[in-house]
Amino acid sequence: MSDALTVVMTGNEAAATAARLARVQVIAAYPITPQSPVVETLSKWVEDGELEAEMVRVESEHSALTVCIAAASVGARVFTATSANGLAYMNEQIWWAAGARVPVVMACANRAMAAPWNVLNDQQDSMSVRDAGWIQLYCKDNQEILDTTLQAFRLAESLHLPVLVCYDGFLLSHTVMPVEIPSEAAVDELLPRGQPLQVLDPLDPRNVGPVTLADPRPDPGGVLCHGYMELRALHHRALASALTAIPEVDNAFGRVLGRTFGGLSYGHLLEDAEVVLVAAGSLSLELGAVAESLRGEGIRAGVLGLRAYRPFPRDEVRTALRRRQLCLVFDKAMSYGHEGPICSDVRGALGGVPGAPVVYGAVAGLGGRDVTPGQLADTVRRAVADVRAGVRDRPEEWVNLRL
Amino acid sequence: MTKLVDLPPREHLLPGNRACAGCALGIGLRSILKALEGKTIMTVPASCLTVLGGMYPISSVTVPWLNVAFPGAAAAGAGLAAGLRATGRAGELTVLAMAGDGGTADIGLQGLSGAAERNDDFIYVCYDNEGYMNTGIQRSGTTPYGAVTTTSPAGEKRPMQLRKDMVKIMAAHGIPYAATAAIAYPLDLVRKVRKAVAIDGPTYIHILSPCWTGWGFSEALSVKISKLAVQTGMWILYEVEDGATRPTVKITQRKPVEEYLKAQSRFSKLTKADVERIQQFVDNRCKEFGM
Repeated sequence: MSDALTVVMTGNEAAATAARLARVQVIAAYPITPQSPVVETLSKWVEDGELEAEMVRVESEHSALTVCIAAASVGARVFTATSANGLAYMNEQIWWAAGARVPVVMACANRAMAAPWNVLNDQQDSMSVRDAGWIQLYCKDNQEILDTTLQAFRLAESLHLPVLVCYDGFLLSHTVMPVEIPSEAAVDELLPRGQPLQVLDPLDPRNVGPVTLADPRPDPGGVLCHGYMELRALHHRALASALTAIPEVDNAFGRVLGRTFGGLSYGHLLEDAEVVLVAAGSLSLELGAVAESLRGEGIRAGVLGLRAYRPFPRDEVRTALRRRQLCLVFDKAMSYGHEGPICSDVRGALGGVPGAPVVYGAVAGLGGRDVTPGQLADTVRRAVADVRAGVRDRPEEWVNLRL
Repeated sequence: MTKLVDLPPREHLLPGNRACAGCALGIGLRSILKALEGKTIMTVPASCLTVLGGMYPISSVTVPWLNVAFPGAAAAGAGLAAGLRATGRAGELTVLAMAGDGGTADIGLQGLSGAAERNDDFIYVCYDNEGYMNTGIQRSGTTPYGAVTTTSPAGEKRPMQLRKDMVKIMAAHGIPYAATAAIAYPLDLVRKVRKAVAIDGPTYIHILSPCWTGWGFSEALSVKISKLAVQTGMWILYEVEDGATRPTVKITQRKPVEEYLKAQSRFSKLTKADVERIQQFVDNRCKEFGM
C-alpha cells in the first residue's frame, strides 16, 4: 500500500488502531490489566474526534458485552476488549452473544485467571470460553493483531458470529514493534458494512432470543420453525464454515495489504520435520527459534502455530502432523484434572489417523512464568529422548516448574 | 387527557399471550405500550415478562423486543440507545428496558446504577411483583416485611426486614425522572410514561404488579389488590422530577393496612405486633408525602 504508514506500537495500540480503522460505532469499555490501554486509546480518539463512535463507559465487563450485544442488535458495528477475570465476568454474555449470533468483535489480552491474583500472561482466560461458540483467533505479533482484528469484523459480519481476537498480555500487549497501518481507504474497501441477521425495527417487529422449545414449533401461519437444537446445529455449522472463511478473508486482505498470516495455522520448518512443536500465540514464534537451534544438533524440529483455535482446524492439524515421529503440544493453560486444552484437541484430531505421531503435552508460562528458548529446547530434547526410547504416552511436562 | 377512552385504541400487546390469567403485568404492559404508541424497542431480561412475550416463533407484542440475560436489562437499554444514536435512529424511537424486581433491585442493580450514572437515554420500568415469581415465588430484595415466600417459608427464621426502596435509590443518582405507578391507575401510569418519553436521559418507573399466585389472592382481584395497596398507603404513587418529590395520587381517607394484608395469604403468618409495625412504617412514610 503506497499510503500505508509504519509505526512502532504496542499490541494494545494495534488492536485499538484496527477498531478505529474499522470505524466502529459503539465501544463499551471497562478497565482491566493488561487490556486497559486499548480502551484508553479509543477513548482518547473519540474525545479528539479522530473516531466518531459512542463510547459507553460501563460499570462492569458484563455490561460491556451487554451494551455491545444490544447495539449490534440495532445494526451498529461494535467493539470491546478485556482480559482474564473480565472475560470470566462476561461469561454469561459470551454465550449470549454467540447464541444471539451478533457480530461482536472483542480483543482479549491474554492473562492468567485468579486466584491467586496475577496480572501476567497465560491463555487460561480465552481457553476457558472456547466452547461458547465464538470464533477464536490467536496472534503472534503486533502486525497480526492489527490485521486479525480487522479481519475479525469481516468474519463476524459475514458469518453472524462473534470473534475473540487473542494476544498475549504484556508479551504483545505492552511490547512495541513496527506495525504497518493500512490506509483508511484500503480498510473501507475491505470492510463494507455487513447485513446483520436481524435489525430491531418497529416496522418489522421481532422478538429476538425468546424462550425456544426443544422441538420445532409452527408459527401462527403454520410454518414449522426451528427448535433450540436446530438453532444450535446452525450455529455449529456457521462456526464450521469459518474453517473456509478464515483463510479466504486472510487471503482477501492479503491481496490488498500485501501480507497474510496462514489462514487457520502457519508452519515453520514443517516440510521435513520429524518433531512438530504446536502452540498458539507468541509462544509459537519463540518455538520457531527453538526449532531452528535444535536442527543444529540433529533434531529435525518444526512448528505448527494455531491461528484459529475455534473452529479447530482439525484437517490442517491432521495433514500437518501425519507421518511425523513426535508432536509436542505447548499449552499456556490447563483443563485442570486432565491436560492442556490444545493438547486434547490435537490428540482428538489425530485419533484413528494412519501414521499419527506420538503426542506429548507440555504446560508453559502459567501466570507469566518466563519461558526461555533454552528451557523449551530442553523440554523438546527430553521428549525426543522419551519417544526414541519407545514411550507412547506420558504425563504433560510443566516447563520450568520448581516444586 | 383524563379518560381511559381517550387512550390510543391500537393494542400493542396481543390477546392470548402466556401470562397467567388475571396477571397484573399484562395490564401494566398494555398501558405502557399504548403510551409509547408502538414507537419503541424493548429489552427484557429473564422474568415473567419473558414468558409473557411468547415462545419462539410466536410473539405477543407488535413492537421489537430484545431478550437479554438476567442482569442485563439496563446495559441492554444503554446499548440500544447508543446503537440507535450511532445509526441515526435515536430521534424516532424510545428505548424501553423492562425488568422484574429481581432483575432490578437484586441481580440487575449494578448495571442499572451504571446506566443511571452515565445519563443513558432510555426508560427503565421495573414491574414489581415483590419476589421471584417466574421461578416459583422466591424472596427478592423487594419482598415486603414478613411476607412468606418459598425461600422465606413461614417460621421464626424468615427474614423480617424492609424492602429496598428502589425509587429512592434511583432518585439518589440524580436522574431527571423517577416515579412509582400501579396497574390499577392506568392514566397515572400513561402520564408518567409519556413524561419519561419526553425527557432526555434515564428515567425510572417502578410499578407495583400484584401476583395472585405468589401473593395468595383470587386471580379476579389483581386490580382490586393494586388499588388497595394505594388506598392503604402500602404503595404511594409519586414522582421525583429534577429532585422535587410530589405525590401524583393523593389518598385522603387512608384504609388500615390490615385490609391489604388480610387479603393475601402471604401475610397470613403476621402477628398482631407485625401488623402494627407495618402500619407504623406506612404512617411514617405517608407523612413524608403529606398524606
